[in-house]
This record gives sequence, C-alpha cells and structure tokens, in this order.
Amino acid sequence: MSRLLLKGGRVVDPARKVDAVLDVLLAEGVVEAVGKKVNARGAQVLDVKGLVVCPGFIDLHTHLREPGREDKETIASGTRAAAAGGFTAVCAMPNTEPVNDHAGVTRLIVGKAKAEGAVRVYPIGAITRGSRGEELAEYGDLREAGCVAVSDDGRPVASARVMRRALEYAKAFGLTVIDHCEEPSLADQAAMNEGPVSTLLGLRGAPAAGEAIMVERDVLLAELTGGKVHIAHASAAASVDAVRRGKARGVRVSAEATPHHLLLTDQLVKDSEYDTATKMNPPLRSEADRQGLLQGLRDGTIDCIATDHAPHTVDDKTVEYDHAAFGIVGLETAVALCLDRLVGEGLLDLPRLVALLSTNPARVLGLPGGTLAPGSPADVTVLDLARKRPVEPARFESKGRNTPFAGWQLKGWPVMTIVDGRVVWKDARK
Amino acid sequence: MSLFPHRHLLGIERLQPADIQVVLDTADGLKEILDRPIKKVPTLRGKTVVNLFYEASTRTRSSFEMAERVLSADSLSIAAATSSAQKGETLLDTARNLEAMSPDLLVIRHASSGAPHFLARHCRFAVVNAGDGAHEHPTQALLDALTLRQRKGRLKGLRVAIVGDILHSRVARSNLWLLSKMGAEAVLCGPPTLIPPGIEALARVTHRIEEAIEGADAVMMLRLQLERMAGGFFPTIREYHARFGLTGERMKRAKKDVLILHPGPVNRGVEIASEVADGPFSVILDQVTNGVAVRMAILYLLLGGSGEAAA
Repeated sequence: MSRLLLKGGRVVDPARKVDAVLDVLLAEGVVEAVGKKVNARGAQVLDVKGLVVCPGFIDLHTHLREPGREDKETIASGTRAAAAGGFTAVCAMPNTEPVNDHAGVTRLIVGKAKAEGAVRVYPIGAITRGSRGEELAEYGDLREAGCVAVSDDGRPVASARVMRRALEYAKAFGLTVIDHCEEPSLADQAAMNEGPVSTLLGLRGAPAAGEAIMVERDVLLAELTGGKVHIAHASAAASVDAVRRGKARGVRVSAEATPHHLLLTDQLVKDSEYDTATKMNPPLRSEADRQGLLQGLRDGTIDCIATDHAPHTVDDKTVEYDHAAFGIVGLETAVALCLDRLVGEGLLDLPRLVALLSTNPARVLGLPGGTLAPGSPADVTVLDLARKRPVEPARFESKGRNTPFAGWQLKGWPVMTIVDGRVVWKDARK
Repeated sequence: MSLFPHRHLLGIERLQPADIQVVLDTADGLKEILDRPIKKVPTLRGKTVVNLFYEASTRTRSSFEMAERVLSADSLSIAAATSSAQKGETLLDTARNLEAMSPDLLVIRHASSGAPHFLARHCRFAVVNAGDGAHEHPTQALLDALTLRQRKGRLKGLRVAIVGDILHSRVARSNLWLLSKMGAEAVLCGPPTLIPPGIEALARVTHRIEEAIEGADAVMMLRLQLERMAGGFFPTIREYHARFGLTGERMKRAKKDVLILHPGPVNRGVEIASEVADGPFSVILDQVTNGVAVRMAILYLLLGGSGEAAA
C-alpha cells in the first residue's frame, strides 16, 4: 500500500492542540507520523506549503436520499459532493424510502457506500419504525449492521414517552439519539419562521419556541434516563440556552448548528421575494436567534457544525413557496462559508472551526478520526485559506442545486480530500 | 419617464406615495366612463389579459373582467376548478402555456403568498396580484383609498380602524401599507389570536373594538372566515360577534360622519350587524363601483394605454 507524505503544511489538530508547520505521513490507511522532518523514504510527496492540513471533516447531518429518491441524490453523487466540500465522512440520515429502520436497509447503504462512495458513510438508523414516532426500531440490529446513531430526522418525536424509551433503550447499544426538535402542534403547515417577516409576507410561521420546547423536553429526558441526546440543527437562541443549562447540570447533551442558520435570517425570505432556496426546516430565524447561535458556537454550547445537506430536484423547488420542498444543499458550501464568514470575520479561530467540523463530530458519535494522532484513520482535509471563488451551483457534484448561496464570493476553500490514505478529490479549477 | 414606473403590481409595499396618487387620479378620471350610456373606450384594443383565479372570487374577478371590457382589452378568465390544476399541472406549467399565447398581462388570485412574484420572475407578461394568500391584495387597498378620498376629500390625517381577522387578511396588510404611505393613521383591532406578531411596529393595536371605533373617520371590517373557529382562534361565533362585531350600539361611539367599509363577502351577524352593513354610513357598494375604476386605472397604467383613456 502506498505511502503519502503531506509536506510543509500548517497542521491544525485541535484534539492534540497542534497548530504548526509539520509533515504528515500516511501509510497503510493510518496516520503514521506527524513531525518536523518525517523520514518518508519511498513515499509519494505532496507539497502542501501554504495550505492547512486538518483531520478529515465529518458531517453529522447529510441526506443522501438513496435508497428511494435517487432523482434527488445518490450515495455516489452525495459522497462526491462531500469530497468536493472537504468532508471525509458523512452520517446519512434515515429518512430514505424505505426508512432506514431495519438492518436490511442499513446493509444496503453500507454495501453501496463501500462500492460507490467517495468518502466514508456512517448510516443513522431510525428511532421508530417508519419514523412514525410509535414503536422503537431494532437498535441492536441497526448497530450491528453499522448504524452509528438513531434519529427520526424530519419527523420530530412527538411523544415524550417514546422519546424517553428511545433514550433508555439506546443506552444498551451505546447509541446517541439525534432529535429534530419541533413541537408539531406549533408548526402546523408552517413555511418559515414566525415573526415580523412572516407577518409581512403572509406566510404561515413556526415560532422559535416550538423548537426550544422540545429541546427543553429532550434535555430533561436525557437527564431522567441518563441517555445521550444530540440536538440536530439548533436554530433558536432559546434552544442554545436549554442545551447550555443542561450541560451545566452534567446532562449528556450535544448540539449542532448549520452554516445557513449561523449566517442567514428570515429577512432573506423577504429580500429574495419568496425564493424557495430560502425554505428549510428548521427555518431561517431572527437576527436575535442567529446571535444566540453564534454565542453558543463561541462558548462551546454548540459542539458541531453540520450541513443538513438536503438535495431536491428543480421541480421540487420551482413551485409556490408554501408548496416547495424544505431544505438546501450544504456539503459543497459549508466549509468555505465557515472559513470566509466565521473565521475570516474573526468570529472563530481556525483551530476552533476544525474542532467543530472534525474533532467534535467524531467525539459526539464516537466515530474514528477527528484527529491526526498517529494510528488514526488516514483521513485528511486540506484547506487553502487564500483561495477565492464564487459558489457555482452549476458545478456542484451534488444533484441538488438548491442553495441560497449561489454567487457568493468566498475566500478560503477546501482544495484536497484524502480518505483512507487516498486522494479522493483535488480542486482542479483554475 | 412613465407616470407609473412599475412593470407589475405585486403589492402596495413597494409603491411610492406618488405612484398611489397616480393610480387614484387615473381611476377618478376613468370612473366617468362607467356613467356613460356607451361604456366602452378603445384604449386597450389589441391587448390581451388573462384572469387566472385559483381561489373562488365573485367581486374581484367580475370587477377585473368589467374593467377589461370597458377598456376594450381582449380577456379570458380561467378558474382553477376548471383548469389543468385539477389534473395536477404546476402553476409554472400553466403560466408557461398561457405565456405561449402571448398575453400582455396576467391577473392572478392564488392561495399561496408570493405566487404572483413567482410568475413575475419566470414569465414575460406583466402580473397583477388579485390577492395572494395572506400577503397582499393591492387593488382592494387602492379601491378602499379611492372610496375614502372621494368621501373625505383626502387621505392624509384620516384615522382608520381595521377590525377583525388581521392574521389571515391580505386586505389588512395592503391597507396598512397604503394608509401609512399616504399619511393616514391605522388602528388595528381583533382578538389577540388573530393579530400577527410584529404588526404593532406598523400600527397601533387594540383588542377593544370600542377603542378602535372611537374617533375613527372610517372603519374597515374584515371578513371572518368561519373555518377559523376550527383552528381554535376564538371560542364561538356568538362570542366573536358579541366582543368584536360592529353593532348599531357600538356605532354610537363613532364620529357622526364615519364611513363603514367591508371588502366582502359580508358575514351578516358575525363581524358586522345587518343594520350597520345596510345603514347610512356604509359605503360598501361604492367600494364595488370604485373597484372597477381602480382596476381600469391599473390596466391602463401597466399596459401603456394610448392616452385617449380619459377622453
């Protein structure tokens, strides 16, 4: 097996508090050595001077759509998008058709990913059968087949009793329960955030409180059961606050936020004149909510940045706003958005961003990687902080083109993605 | 430089006060045609207008049709119930098919807020919003303003109460924009469950109808959609009428020359008592007449009439 030397890059590995110009040697699928002058006789050498070398980025929240909605995305196209966005691994949400609620579906995903995937795929199983929120799925089988967590993403677990049982039962298999928090009775037919903007647009809104109510509930249930809960795509300041208080009490709770909730507000729905690329669930919230998320990011309440990559066909989005599908693609924009708008603007430093995209996602779900410590998987993301280019949906590897960031000029992009010691993507643009 | 520098009429929000003035002045001029023995001018001869209605409408649709006929435009009306929408055709496909027949302007009524903006973005024809979801109903606000201006001689400084289901009302939103742009004061009134969040930034809000009526130059009553009761917005029709309805008794608090407006259709005995709807202050039928004049003005201004309109 080939040996690969990444020579002269700035290595940022928050797990080991490393931020220095070092060589990284990958061999036999693992990191063999990291140091000033690594002896790498016979290795292929990649000069990465001026670039940043990070442990591979892991997206906790990806919709690959396969099986069932291959018109929106496939495991092949979705993982190519991941590679092109600097991700070496993605966690695949179970709301496929059929739902990934039994080992057969999990094995299909794992098999396809092995055969066609450009990056690692970690399936997430369903919390309940069919994600209907009633009977628990078979977590033992799901875990054995390769699921790394359970979630009914897109379908909040409405019943507190079911959520309680899920948190309890999942403990037997070391599974984290990932919840899409939204009290359904407060979000009936909503197309956006409830507030002054929805009032002016005449669109039905879902209040931020509807999310926070369920986050509060889940934190209390995790406390009650000792189970592990992870809050998917937190969008409300009050949700961050609930997680912060839970963590202070020692509850096993973690949380993620998406780049779009960190950077955009519901005002964009109005400014874009009902552009359906601004429609997602949870919806873009108010500026106060956005500030609450940024605060949570800075103080460590929010552990991870995740994409909620949700590809849709053009037809799904070229309709009236309230009929349009929820969700936007994120794999090929997330890293650049964070580098430009969070690190570039001085809101986060680079090691902190790497922790949010790699170290912490690995820790939250107990996944391999998240560090370049010798012996770790040879998964590496290489960044060019000086690279400037616009977001060009027409050139996405994803089948989805649904993004509100089209045309944004961003500085700082991933330029190379290495999985298992092999370069799976390299920026070939001029 | 055009009198009315807009390609579409999607809402009142984006209009300037001068634009509103132009529409009202033009409507005033055109209104006289409706009193002639031969109610037809050749102004829009050769222009084609499509009225595409995805929601039931009697008043608005017939008002547009009347305006189109008086101005000699060729027009065609499509109701969603009889169209391909029933067969699952998308709004965009329907619009593109209509576009292929080269209409100059399309009037659309749709239950989805933003549907007119969607068509304006994707199609070549001019778009007039005849009501989109709970967003705007600009020609309604313009005809209300024309009615107020005719009766009061001005809009500036008027105090106008808007009473009822503000949450679901596109009429309320368009009127709110129009009144504030023209220097009138709007007061909103309804049960708190039917007042949308953040609206207090645009107008004073009260939950007591007596307070709303007191000192008002005009009271605009909104239609209460009876299915809202199922949504739990208020307990019973009876209590709604008792607490928020416009009754003869409550009218005693109003100014002596108060005007009562209602966009129709009226729920007698719900938001308004019959004695008030049919009473001396009611200008509900003036609104209907003015509706035709305002729609003539909009068609004329957007389709660049030949200039002989007011002749």
